[in-house]
Amino acid sequence: MTKPTLATIWLDGCSGCHMSFLDMDERLFDIAERADIVYSPLIDVKAYPEHVDFCLVEGAVSSEDDLRKILHVRQRTGTLISFGDCAVTANVPAMRNPIGVQPLLDRAYIENVTINPGIPVSVVPKLLAMARPVHRVVKVDVYLPGCPPSADLIYQSLVDLLAGRTPDTHGARFGR
Amino acid sequence: MTTVHTLRIDGADVAASDGQSILAVATENGIDIPTMCHLDGLSDTASCRLCLVEVAGSNKLTPACTTLVTEGMDITTTSEQLTEYRRTITEMLFLERNHICAICVANNHCELQDLAEKLQIDHFELPVINPSVGIDASHPLFAIDHNRCIMCQRCVRVCAEIEGAFTWGVMGSGIAERVVTDMGTPWGESPTCTSCGKCVQVCPTGALFENGRSIAEGSKAQRPFLPFLKRLGEGLEQT
Ligand code: SF4
Ligand code: SF4
Ligand code: SF4
Ligand code: FES
Repeated sequence: MTKPTLATIWLDGCSGCHMSFLDMDERLFDIAERADIVYSPLIDVKAYPEHVDFCLVEGAVSSEDDLRKILHVRQRTGTLISFGDCAVTANVPAMRNPIGVQPLLDRAYIENVTINPGIPVSVVPKLLAMARPVHRVVKVDVYLPGCPPSADLIYQSLVDLLAGRTPDTHGARFGR
Repeated sequence: MTTVHTLRIDGADVAASDGQSILAVATENGIDIPTMCHLDGLSDTASCRLCLVEVAGSNKLTPACTTLVTEGMDITTTSEQLTEYRRTITEMLFLERNHICAICVANNHCELQDLAEKLQIDHFELPVINPSVGIDASHPLFAIDHNRCIMCQRCVRVCAEIEGAFTWGVMGSGIAERVVTDMGTPWGESPTCTSCGKCVQVCPTGALFENGRSIAEGSKAQRPFLPFLKRLGEGLEQT
C-alpha cells in the first residue's frame, strides 16, 4: 500500500512553526514511516507535486507571492491544515494591518533609512493590502493554533490525520 | 429570615436563598457558566452576555449574573444553541480589536484566552477588522493598550466601587467605544487616579498592565495592590 503524502509550505511566518515541526525530534522517523514527505522548505524539492494528501501551511497570506502559492497549493491538496497562529489568525504579520501598506513601506524604506532610501520594486513580492488568515483566502480543513503549536500537538494531529481521523486539538491555545 | 427557594438547574434540584443570582446558585452547585464582565465583589452590568441561560417559560435568554432566582425556576445553562452564541460572542471579543497573543503581556494568563480554550475555538469564522487603536503609556506605573480591551468595564467598576476614585469611564459607542481616564485626560495627568493598581489587577486581558512587564515574564502584574501606594509615597523609580 502506498503511504499518504505530506507537504509543508511557508508563507508570511517566522519559520518558528517549522522549527516546532523539527522539535518532534525522533518522532520525525515515525512520521516518515507513516507518510512520504514530498514538498517542504526542509527538503530539496523545487515544484509542488500534482497531488498531495496533506499540507501544513505556516504563515499568513501577506504578499502577492503568498497568494499565488496558496491558490496553487489549495488546488493540488486534499487536506489543508492552517499551521500556527500566523496561518490561523494572521497573528504578528497582521500588526501592520492597522497601519496600511504605504505608510508602512515609507517608514521602513524611506523615513528610517539614511543610505539610498527607496521602496524596492523588483525581487521583493508586493504586499497585499492586509495580511490575512489562510482561511479568509482559501478553504482550510484543519486548524492548529499556537505560536508555535507544540511538537506534541503537531505529532498527535499528524498521526490522527494520517490515519484518517479528525485530530483532537483539545488544549490547543492561541499564543501558546 | 431568608426565604429558601427550590429550583432546577440543568435538571438537578437545587436550593437557593432569596436575592441570589442564577450565577451564584450555579457556582455554589459546581455548575460552570462562562462569564467575563462579572467579577465577585463588583456590581454586575450584564454587558458581555456570555452567561446567558435559558429559563423555561421564557422565550428570551437571560443573563445569569443579574437575574435573581425565583421559586420553581427551571434553568438550562448548556445547550447547542447557547454554546454557539457563546462562541460567537467570544469571537467578537477577539475581533473587535487586535489580539496578538504571542506578543501580549497577558499571554497564558488571560481570561479571554481561557474562554477560547474552554469553548474550543481554534479559528475565527467572522471577518477581521484590525482597527487602528491606541495605547496610553503616560502613567508612571501602568499602561493601557486598547488593542487588547474587551470593554468588560471591570476597571470602571473597581475604580468607582472599591477605590472610590472614579477615574475610569466610557466614551463613544459601538465599535468606537473606549474606556477613558477622567473624560479623556491622559492617564498620567489624571487628577483622580490614586495609582492603587486595582484596575490592572481586575482586567481580564492584557489591556491594563504594569509598565515594564515583558512578554517573557508571562504576567502583566506581580505585586498586590498596596505596594503601589507605598512606592509612590517613597517616590521610588518605576522599573
Ligand atoms: S505562528 Fe508564531 S512561530 Fe509560527 S510562524 Fe507565526 S510567529 Fe512564527
Ligand atoms: S489579551 Fe489575551 S487574547 Fe488578547 S492578545 Fe493578549 S493574551 Fe491574547
Ligand atoms: S481595560 Fe481591561 S478591565 Fe477595563 S474594560 Fe478593557 S478589558 Fe475590561
Ligand atoms: S457575566 Fe453576565 S453578562 Fe457578562
